[in-house]
Amino acid sequence: MTDLNIMIVGVGGQGTLLASRLLGNVAMKQGFDVKVSEVHGMSQRGGSVVTYVKMGEKVYSPIIEKGEADYLLAFENLEALRWIDYLKNGGTLVLNDQQIDPMPVIIGKAKYPEKIIERLREGGVRMDVIDALQIAKECGNIKSVNIVLLGVLAKTSNIAKEVWLEAMREVIPQKILDVNLRAFDAGYNGTKDTSKA
Amino acid sequence: MKKLMLGNEAVARGAYEAGVRVAAAYPGTPSTEITENIAKYDEMYSEWSPNEKVALEVAIGASVAGARAICSMKHVGLNVAADPLFTVSYTGVNGGLVIMVADDPGMHSSQNEQDSRFYARASKVPMLEPSNSQECKDFVKAAFDISERFDCPVIVRLSTRIAHSQSIVEINKRQNDELKPYVKDPAKYVMMPAMARARHLAVEKRMAELKAFAEETPVNTIEWGSTDIGVITSGISYQYAREAFGNVSYLKLGMVYPLPDKLITEFAAKVGTLYVIEELEPFFENQIRKMGIKVIGKDILPVTGEYSASLLRQKIFNEAFEKSYDVDVQSPVRPPVMCPGCPHRGTFHVLKKLKLTVTGDIGCYTLGALSPTESMDTCICMGASIGMAHGMEKARGREFGKKTVAILGDSTFIHSGITGLIDIVYNKGCSTVIILDNSITGMTGHQQNPTTGFTIKGEPVKQVDLALLAKAVGIDRVRVVDPFEIKEFERIVKEETEADEPSLIIAQRPCALLKNVRYEGPRMINENCKKCRSCLRIGCPAIVDKGDKIMINSALCVGCKLCTKLCSFNAIVKAGGKND
Repeated sequence: MTDLNIMIVGVGGQGTLLASRLLGNVAMKQGFDVKVSEVHGMSQRGGSVVTYVKMGEKVYSPIIEKGEADYLLAFENLEALRWIDYLKNGGTLVLNDQQIDPMPVIIGKAKYPEKIIERLREGGVRMDVIDALQIAKECGNIKSVNIVLLGVLAKTSNIAKEVWLEAMREVIPQKILDVNLRAFDAGYNGTKDTSKA
Repeated sequence: MKKLMLGNEAVARGAYEAGVRVAAAYPGTPSTEITENIAKYDEMYSEWSPNEKVALEVAIGASVAGARAICSMKHVGLNVAADPLFTVSYTGVNGGLVIMVADDPGMHSSQNEQDSRFYARASKVPMLEPSNSQECKDFVKAAFDISERFDCPVIVRLSTRIAHSQSIVEINKRQNDELKPYVKDPAKYVMMPAMARARHLAVEKRMAELKAFAEETPVNTIEWGSTDIGVITSGISYQYAREAFGNVSYLKLGMVYPLPDKLITEFAAKVGTLYVIEELEPFFENQIRKMGIKVIGKDILPVTGEYSASLLRQKIFNEAFEKSYDVDVQSPVRPPVMCPGCPHRGTFHVLKKLKLTVTGDIGCYTLGALSPTESMDTCICMGASIGMAHGMEKARGREFGKKTVAILGDSTFIHSGITGLIDIVYNKGCSTVIILDNSITGMTGHQQNPTTGFTIKGEPVKQVDLALLAKAVGIDRVRVVDPFEIKEFERIVKEETEADEPSLIIAQRPCALLKNVRYEGPRMINENCKKCRSCLRIGCPAIVDKGDKIMINSALCVGCKLCTKLCSFNAIVKAGGKND
């Protein structure tokens, strides 16, 4: 197989860790070597968080570097912008169209950049944009944003849907499994391609 | 069976498979999950100790009593545990003793980026360093064998990227969990000068044996590729080097102390250009240069921060980085913040208002140093807030002391604040100490501690009574207050800083992320708002300044209502379900 690098970026508390663990599980089921690298502690407190998932024949460094990500899974617009350099040419940005103001913006010391999606598109970024928060709400759990986005990613990836579902059944606790399976399907079926600028 | 595991989880598995019976630790990123995972196994006793020194002493006791024991901490925790470390090196062990230490290059969650490898050399204790989760498990098991074979504690060093990366691990069965007999042996375990002199000789003999062992141990490996370039490396640096250099020859040191001189010399002789790739200090490099071997290392590579494959490519092969996309927009930074509903927000609001000098400490509340509260003047190490407030008063006099407070969390106070408090009483200080008691160890992800009333396994237990403890050490002025009652809190802080004797204020309100903490749900700002921006002063991430209006983000707001106390216009009210 060819190596696959997926980067997950967002704001602490958005559920990026569960998404990366699910991805790790999916990779293992495929028989790939895999590494998932996360950050805990200080970096989680509502700060910018980033998780790396690398799979392939043999994975050495757990870190994805600039220009190396096949997929950038962004849970928030500003974070997509911040990490866009990590996406490789021809890679895909899967973006949850949501704005969470960082503290410098909240207290008026900085401005939240305008028209992020348009500017990314003008920069030639191929992307799938989705309002995962709204979809998660409709599926019954506002916290399922991460699973909606995985659904979008699953659709664009070459990995069979059943592998994803199996990984979810193993990793997600029984009592919240149904709502998450719905969220996954909504992401899988719901995205429209907005890459053609 | 194969499983995807965090490095820390694999360490816990290694401890289980190695037959460990006792595990003790104080939480500290990036080491915390080791002991959290050990606690999931019923075969091992585990505990959160009050600090790393006590944790290591518990583990030493267990080892002397004949059990395999493990003790885990972050790099700065080893400073706290250094006292027992240097002497348990002399006594040696009975049951195997392994000390896990997790360094934090790049300081993701730490106050410094010290290199723990120097502790191995200074205390004459062997040190191993794994480079992935499988090795985390294997090296912990190997460490126990080395510990018992050479009669010494063994340190296993992790770094953040090893501790917090998941990779595939093969699971095995538990072995070696029988207790060894306990035999009284004062010559070995009572370190008075006469005994210690003899033991120091034993340590030197052991080091010579370990040096010979390093030449043959399978944890040191050579991977032959092109011999034009050779790389000596270890741990996470090996992974970066492997990606940056590709098919060259590698000497991967699984045992980072003592070094295998012969193996290194032979490897060096067979390769062309020799690189030493190690994050932080030139620990290998200086030793290898001393052997008369020419290497390239810190002359081109930094001693600060984390490495990466691309950093190596840039520094070594002068590869330039080409931007994949041209989206030239400045992204405002997103620093970590105190959570919505955080009890510390009330405290910092008052401290800022009173313009106090605040000696701070290690915990979530260190974030109070950042904008917009900006009310912390110092942060050095666990417990330092109290001693420093006392020192400030002694340096600048009582009047300065009246404008100074020390703040620290409940867990940090237990860790190393109590002795500072005693110092203030004993040496006639008048400092005011505020314990931010949020009923949990917060920053490291909610661990129990002696003030919470629960053990690591969630069993109910007696709580330390902080007020009674303060009274017992001689603090007569002890006040307990809710930091969200900001008027009362302000009054109390004023009274106590004015008082000509030491005071303790216990600011009590539980962490908003605790399961049993339930607020009434999101607020909203109505048409009464005069845009005075008072509510923005507390730096709540849920309150947003949109320029023409102030809004509350209903997805973030928990309904703690601290902001309502700052609003003079009754403009902040319960969100009436309109958003749902």
